[in-house]
Amino acid sequence: MEMKHEDYYILEDQVSIPYENAYGLTWTRFFEGLKSEKIFGSRCGKCNRVLVPMRSYCPRCFIEIDDTIEVSQEGAIVAWVLTEYEYFGMPTKPPFIGALIRLDGTDCEFVHLVGGIDLSNPDQVRKTVKNGMKVRAVWKEEKKGHILDIKYFEPVK
Amino acid sequence: MADRVGIVEVAMTPGAESKDNFLDQVFRTSKELLDKAGISRDEVGTVVSASSDVFHGGVSCASSYYWDAGAAFLKNASRQDGESLFAFIYAVMRILSGNYSTAMVLGVCKGSENPANDMLTHFFTDPFYQRQIGLNETVAAALQKREYMTKYRITEEQCAAVVVKNLGNALKNPYAHVKKRVSVEDVLASEMVMEPLRKMECAPKSEGMIAMLLAREDVAVKLTDKPVWFKGYGSSMDHFYLGDRDLLNGQLGTAAAKAYEMAGITNPKKEIHVAEICEPYSFQELLWCEDLGFCDRGKGGKLIESGATGPGGKIPVNPSGGVLAHNPYVTRGLYRLAEGFLQVRGQAGERQLGRKVTTALAHGTHGFAGQCHAVVIIGK
Repeated sequence: MEMKHEDYYILEDQVSIPYENAYGLTWTRFFEGLKSEKIFGSRCGKCNRVLVPMRSYCPRCFIEIDDTIEVSQEGAIVAWVLTEYEYFGMPTKPPFIGALIRLDGTDCEFVHLVGGIDLSNPDQVRKTVKNGMKVRAVWKEEKKGHILDIKYFEPVK
Repeated sequence: MADRVGIVEVAMTPGAESKDNFLDQVFRTSKELLDKAGISRDEVGTVVSASSDVFHGGVSCASSYYWDAGAAFLKNASRQDGESLFAFIYAVMRILSGNYSTAMVLGVCKGSENPANDMLTHFFTDPFYQRQIGLNETVAAALQKREYMTKYRITEEQCAAVVVKNLGNALKNPYAHVKKRVSVEDVLASEMVMEPLRKMECAPKSEGMIAMLLAREDVAVKLTDKPVWFKGYGSSMDHFYLGDRDLLNGQLGTAAAKAYEMAGITNPKKEIHVAEICEPYSFQELLWCEDLGFCDRGKGGKLIESGATGPGGKIPVNPSGGVLAHNPYVTRGLYRLAEGFLQVRGQAGERQLGRKVTTALAHGTHGFAGQCHAVVIIGK
């Protein structure tokens, strides 16, 4: 019990509870793709949209999708955010850039990181990184079947 | 509609940390409501609560903790998670079913006890993809702000003006949590949280217990001489994955269109006299104003510059101070509705608008960057 306040106690509590979330067949295939440096998406047979990451159904047409395709590892930045402080659940040590990236030939945004540039000076970052900028996937040496097997997307020179 | 449903009374707590614990707050708020309305617990037909017990409470499961404190004990009552305006419409429907003549809506949130909003909203992601890439509500909002500023040339000053207006409005609101006179320069000088979002552009985390009594028309007019009638409702939820969505053309327009149609509103700019909007991040008020039809697409920045959304403007937005001034995460939609109710009644105290207010709009949102929206129209 802690007397943080003048006239009542505060109970400091923390809960940790384990879950076992099944990737299922679709996510498993997607992450296996990342292990071999491939990004898999799905093409809907009705609306023809290419969605990435791959999935088993088109939410708009509400039909199953079984057309898996390897999508481009290049695309354009749609929006980006520069993070300079540590926060719960951060994907990597700051500073880093989170971004929505439209991979070439796809019809939705892929959420990932932008890197391979000097992030030490925010003013410089603002001058360098722009919406619409072309980027390309950079892979980690050691892959685990994880979204961060792609280290980040770097500017295409 | 065959029958009208009226809001009879409301009771709510201020946003700052209270000395009361969770249960005492729920009890006091519920009791205050019934005392104000002049009815006993036994006379309440049903109760519908809005809460997020595990994430925004860390206690018990699905309302079992606070059910007796909330006057719902032994009643044919229910609860919903998610946007709190869902609980309101659920209660309206229970009255319209013909089975109840009164219904209490209860929203509970004791934000002072909770971890940071960003920590909780990190778990609103899927575990495989978006959580691993570090998404939370603020990251999503920062991406949305970047798109908004780039596509429509919305300026940092226009976004900051929302903070200036809302925290200033909150000075007159005894229920608000953060209230102060600030300048655009103060906002722009505040720490960059997730660039392009600054600290003062992000809502706090607040307490907010709220109870509202609804009644069928014949009962409502006996309980109060100033009922405020339910007129329209609409809601819509967009895709889950952030990348599947158009962040600048979300589902608020759809939700609003449904609510306007039900309420018979054809020109919202003229027919809505006050709008209470859920803006956990500064720029969202501008974007939501566009979706609600208060201005054209991309003109949200010009709208606030014109002064139209100020307390003396043509379409006052958030005279309460909005969510930037008070963010009880789970119940913020119901707080918007409560302010609309008080404004229509002419009981908003110092912040009562100078203009005629017969119709009010309340908006609630949850999920990343406005994934889900609900709109309620009430009036005389």
